[in-house]
Formats: sequence, structure tokens, C-alpha cells
Amino acid sequence: MTQRTTAGRPPGEPRRVAYLYLLPAFVIYAAFLLFPIGRAVQFSLYDWDGLSVGRWAGLDNYAAIVADEGLRAAFGHALVLVVFYALIPLGIGLVLAAVLNHAKVRGLGFFRTVVFLPQVVAMVVVAVAWRRVYAPDGTLNGLLGALGLESLARGWLGEYAFALPAVGVVGTWFETGLVTVLLLAGMSRVPGELYEAARLDGAGAVREFLAVTLPSVRGEIAVALTLTVIAALRTFDLVYVTTRGGPGTSTTVPSYEVYHRAFGLGQVGSAAAVGVTLTLVIFVISFGVNRFADRRLT
Amino acid sequence: MISRGERLANYVILSVFAAFALFPIVTILGAALGPAESGGTSGPANFAAAWEAGRFGTYLRTSLAVSAFVVVVSVTLSIMAGYAFGTMRFRGRSALFYLFMLGIMMPSEAVAVPLYFDLRSLGLIDTFWSVALPQVALSVAFGTFWMRAYFLASNRAIVEAARIDGASTWRVLWQVLVPPARPAVVTLTVLVFMWTWNEFLIPLIMVTSESLRTAPLGLAFFQGQYTSGFTLLAAGSVIVATPVVIFYLFLQRHFVRGLLQGAVRE
Repeated sequence: MTQRTTAGRPPGEPRRVAYLYLLPAFVIYAAFLLFPIGRAVQFSLYDWDGLSVGRWAGLDNYAAIVADEGLRAAFGHALVLVVFYALIPLGIGLVLAAVLNHAKVRGLGFFRTVVFLPQVVAMVVVAVAWRRVYAPDGTLNGLLGALGLESLARGWLGEYAFALPAVGVVGTWFETGLVTVLLLAGMSRVPGELYEAARLDGAGAVREFLAVTLPSVRGEIAVALTLTVIAALRTFDLVYVTTRGGPGTSTTVPSYEVYHRAFGLGQVGSAAAVGVTLTLVIFVISFGVNRFADRRLT
Repeated sequence: MISRGERLANYVILSVFAAFALFPIVTILGAALGPAESGGTSGPANFAAAWEAGRFGTYLRTSLAVSAFVVVVSVTLSIMAGYAFGTMRFRGRSALFYLFMLGIMMPSEAVAVPLYFDLRSLGLIDTFWSVALPQVALSVAFGTFWMRAYFLASNRAIVEAARIDGASTWRVLWQVLVPPARPAVVTLTVLVFMWTWNEFLIPLIMVTSESLRTAPLGLAFFQGQYTSGFTLLAAGSVIVATPVVIFYLFLQRHFVRGLLQGAVRE
């Protein structure tokens, strides 16, 4: 009997009624998520246009992801977006949060509300707003003109070299607030004595940041990276509304390929293979980042 | 302790970043209130014109109906499933839990295509259910995880006391455990509402009739049709964004705190 209360064991008592509580959630979850992902795996093994009878293709659709230049490019673009969605916001967020954590500034609440706002607004609205910013007669070029930099003005979303970074900057804008707020919460839990001890040991601001602040927010960094990397890999609405993959194929991404292949080109098998691959990549990254975070606890 | 120079630098950094965050939002608000290119309206009248031209009334009604359904159903089912995982022992508990966990990471991009074809053969495409039920499934995975964490940490002694008094598990859940869980439930509600309101891919694929378009979808189509100027499009964007922004501003304290708790908990 004493064993039952030992820490680490599942709480509560054995209860069959648990299955009844799980059932409704499980039925919907299984019908609309588990079963479809199984079907996606099945579809991905066929060459199918969505109308006629499919032809068994084995792993051809997966081989195409490596071989097909367009598909390879889409996954490559997703990696570029990871830099803009995850790495740059992490860099900016670390600096911002470190500064804010020390400073007893007024208006911190207002600032938090403002930087978090992009997370709340529907991506379609975000995309419409940024199209306006990037338009040839848009606000960004207007700003450059006002600064006397007309020569830098261009149609940002319409040029091969600039379209993908332009989409990426929207991601930076979108995710930096989230990352900053997460990191700020982590840093505010660091006891002040640690900072004083570091200062007494003669550490400067940079040393203090590396020795005290950074290690204490490892968990938050892991959470922030998981969320932002997945968001980068899943980018769809933004590309759909701003560029539709163009100009040419310079801004195609995996989730846009899923949609485009299934409903534009009638290559359902290939679309499913891209979707399954995307899911696997997300699983691997989530597990990897979480293991990194778990090590902190042991 | 902090020098005046450092404080000034902090305010400069804050202001620069706040300006970056607000720049596109100000752009769109400014455009929405400016004179329309097509002439006729300007200022607040633009919103009425966009409302009329874009049929946003219909879209907002659909979005509201879908969001309300998804929030009520998925929060209720998540509370029940989280209760089972958090307070009871049963065979297959951890295996089932990991199965739910997979759903948190599963992107709707991967399941939307097979769902479309299977629902089409069932004749369910272009119905309320084809938009709402997949989103319940996506939300219930996270919700179960969320509520389980709450119930795991809940006070076991009260539960035992209630049980000794002869309360059923059903009554223990709704009368003992749920009332103090209100902050956790509010956060979950805000998150699910936001995700559902802003979801784009599932309505895009599942819906063909205009009356079933959600607000973001309606806006995307409005953008395609309405090419003669930006003013009404901007006004439409503001209309689509406003309900969630209001919701967020009202509940932001809960929301940010809840998000952080959830993030660090696991």
C-alpha cells in the first residue's frame, strides 16, 4: 500500500472509467488526425491524380523529393526561412530581453503587448500589410526615398534575389516578440544574487551574460526554437498571399508544394509524400530540441 | 545603479523595436482611414464600404460559428481527457498519451490533403463539419496535454475527500477540479480561439461556397478580386483582425502568463 504513494508513480487509483473520459476526444482525434496521416502515408506510395485509379509507385515520390530540383529547392527555401524565423529572432530576442531584464524601464507592459501583437493577427492580414510595405509604391520604398536612398528602392517581392529574404523578414517581424517575451520570463527568474556575485567577481556585461544569463534560459531557448522552427517549416498562408511561390519558383516552400501539387497540378501522391516528409522533419526537430532541453534538468 | 546613459539607451532600443513591430500595423491602419482610390469614401466610411463590397458580415458569422464550436467542443473534451490522464491509472496510459502527443506536432498541411479526398467521397466537403471537426482534432491534442499538466498538479486531498463523501468521478471533475482550473481553461480557450480564427489552409481546401468562407479566407479572396486600390483591402484586413485583437487585449495577462507556464512546465 505504501508503494502506491511513492513519488514518480502515476497518481490516482486504477480506474476503468478513464477510458470513457478519453473516448470522445480520442474518437475525433483518431478520425481527423491519426487516420488521415495514415492515409497520407498510403497516398504517398501511389502515383495518383485524385480522379482516376492510382498506380503503385513505391518510394518514387520520396525519391523525387531528393531528385526533383523544384522540391529540393522548396525544402531549401524552408531552411532559409528557419534562419529568418528562428535564428535571427533568437539573436535579437536575447539582446532585447537581456537589456529589458536589467533596465527598470517604464512601459514594459506596453512594450510586451506591442511586440506580441503580430502573433495574434491572422497571417492573411499580416501578409496583406506586408505586401503594402513591399509594393513598388509602398511604404518601404517611400521610407527609403525620404532618407535619400531612392537607388535602393525596388519591387521587393517581385525580384528573384529579394523575394525570399523579404518573406523571411516578415517571419522575423512575426516571431521576435514571442521569442523576446519567452526569454524575458526566463531571465526574470534568475535570482539577483547571481548577478551581484558575477559583478563582484569582476565580470563585465558580456561575461555576465555568457556565464549567468545564457545558461539559465536554456529551457526557454529550446521552447522558442521549437515553436519558431516549426512555424518556419510550416509557412503557408504568408507565401500563398504574398508571392504564390514566385517570382518563378524562388519562394516555394514545402507546405505550398503540398497545396499546389494536390490541388493545382493533380499530383496527389507527390503532395502526400511532401506532407509526410514535412511531418517527419518536424518530429525529428521537436524531439531533438526537447532532448537538448531535458539535459538541463539532469 | 543604472546610469542615465544606459537608461536612455534602453529606451532607444525599446522604441526602435516597438516601431519595427508597429510599422506594418500603422501602415494598414493609415491606409484604411485614408481616402479611397476609387473615390467616394474616406475615413471610417471605408469600413462600411469594405464591409459591403467584401461581404465580411457573412465571413465573420461563419468564423464566429466555427470558432465557438471548436472552442466549446475541444475545451470540453480536453478537460475530460486531461482528467483521465492526470488523475487516473489505467492500462495503456502512457502509450495513449504519447499518441496524443504526436498530434501536437502534426502539421495540418500533412493531413489536409487525405482529409479532403476522404471527406469528398463521404459527401462532407463544403460543409460546416469539414471545416470545424479537423480543427477540433488539432486543438484536442494540445488541450489534453495542457489540462493533463494542470490536473497532475492539482490538489489530491480535496479529490479524496470528495470521493469519501460519495461524489462520482463526474462530479469530482466538474464541481471540485474545474472551478479552480479557470485560469488554465481561460488560457486554453484564448489559444484555441486564436488558432481557429486564424486558420487558413483547412477552410481554403474544404470550402467552395461563399457562405462558408471564414474571415481570413474571405479576405484572401477579396484581395484577389479587389485590385483597384488598397484602401478597402486595408479596411477589410482591419475588420478581420479586430475580433482576435480585442480578445487578446482583454485576456492578454492570462494569455501570456499561461503561455509561459505551459512552455516551461514540460
